[in-house]
Amino acid sequence: MQRMNRDQMAARVARDIPEGAYVNLGIGLPTLVANHLPRDREIFLQSENGVLGMGPAPAPGEEDPDLINAGKQPVTLLTGGCYFHHADSFGMMRGGHLDFCVLGAFQVSAAGDLANWHTGEPDAIPAVGGAMDLAIGAKRVLVMMEHLTKQGGSKIVERCTYPLTGVACVNRIYTDLAVIDVTPDGLTVVDIVDGLSFEELVKLTGVPMMLAREVSLA
Amino acid sequence: MVNKIVGTVEEAVGAVPDGATVMISGFGGAGQPAELIDALIAQGAKDLTIVNNNAGNGEVGLAALLKARRVRKIVCSFPRQVDSQVFDGLYRAGQIELELVPQGNLAERIRAAGAGIGAFFTPTGYATQLAEGKETRIINGRGYVLEYPIHADFALVKADRGDRWGNLVYRKTARNFGPIMASAAKCTVVQVREIVELGQLDPEAVVTPGIFVHRVVQVAPVRPAVAAA
Repeated sequence: MQRMNRDQMAARVARDIPEGAYVNLGIGLPTLVANHLPRDREIFLQSENGVLGMGPAPAPGEEDPDLINAGKQPVTLLTGGCYFHHADSFGMMRGGHLDFCVLGAFQVSAAGDLANWHTGEPDAIPAVGGAMDLAIGAKRVLVMMEHLTKQGGSKIVERCTYPLTGVACVNRIYTDLAVIDVTPDGLTVVDIVDGLSFEELVKLTGVPMMLAREVSLA
Repeated sequence: MVNKIVGTVEEAVGAVPDGATVMISGFGGAGQPAELIDALIAQGAKDLTIVNNNAGNGEVGLAALLKARRVRKIVCSFPRQVDSQVFDGLYRAGQIELELVPQGNLAERIRAAGAGIGAFFTPTGYATQLAEGKETRIINGRGYVLEYPIHADFALVKADRGDRWGNLVYRKTARNFGPIMASAAKCTVVQVREIVELGQLDPEAVVTPGIFVHRVVQVAPVRPAVAAA
């Protein structure tokens, strides 16, 4: 089976983001999506700390401590980009103005519940940031994660065992094995990597799924 | 003549009493008023409740205030970071209280305080651990959580330029919580890189109107201007 690497996953997500979209990319894996957005498409990246029109990382030596992204890494501003304060930034999310957000996850349930902020372990220091606002705010919530945990368990589950970030909020899941839509009728597989059958995918996942009609199996 | 400018950071934070609730602007290091925090450490106020997005980075600024054991409670959205060792240690030892708030709820609760809102229903956090024990309501088929404003006794804010009436502009993403915190405190103390004459800030582009600001102090940038540009 041709398991996708992180860049291939990011490229697959980027394919689904159209010209003119307002998009927030979460910290970690989703940040990679920015590297794969086609240059001929105008797409507005929003960062929760108050930027719209965020550009790529600056050249070495050009970093500005006053211009950072949600992960606190130095970024740049595209020509035409702008700054705003935190209440406006989260108003953009909560108010449904973002077309997409892309988030990492510990688990996604068959109903689209998302768990991505806290493992709930006794020694873990909880930190939530903007995850809950993004989960309920964007018009489409895309999750990007490895299909399986390091122990081999599925991160797509019947019911989340980690504390929830949002309820029934995920629209589409991109993993290293498949692309899966969360629909009112259940999970629907829209893409599978080469060399993996639908039946094998369902077996690995352990949750009932349907096959979208247009999926071409390799 | 109205003049909100004070000469030193010591004078600017001199009135913060023990037990005060103090908002501190910044997202990580961007927009954090490090010199005002240093002055607050030197001033000695203790049993503080601090409102900030994070819980300090490294050993400076907010982290140094925590390390000096002046903070009883912190209200924030994202305490855990690679360099939040000071907070992590205090939290694990049970020596600091944490109120964890989703970032947008934190911002809106601060904004609500400044705007005179009594409480508001937000969908963020509905049916999660962070809404446990809170009043909820279904509005048009969607679940919402009732959240109350966060008021402060003092706000310590970093801006880029200000005038003697307290009008402010910020720099890039260092703006973050500054404007809303300025509106939510009884006394807002601002450190600016540069104090300018009245009229030098474009009135169309003033971000924080002076009505929200009580004291302004100029703090020269530590780094030479070229490195900070």
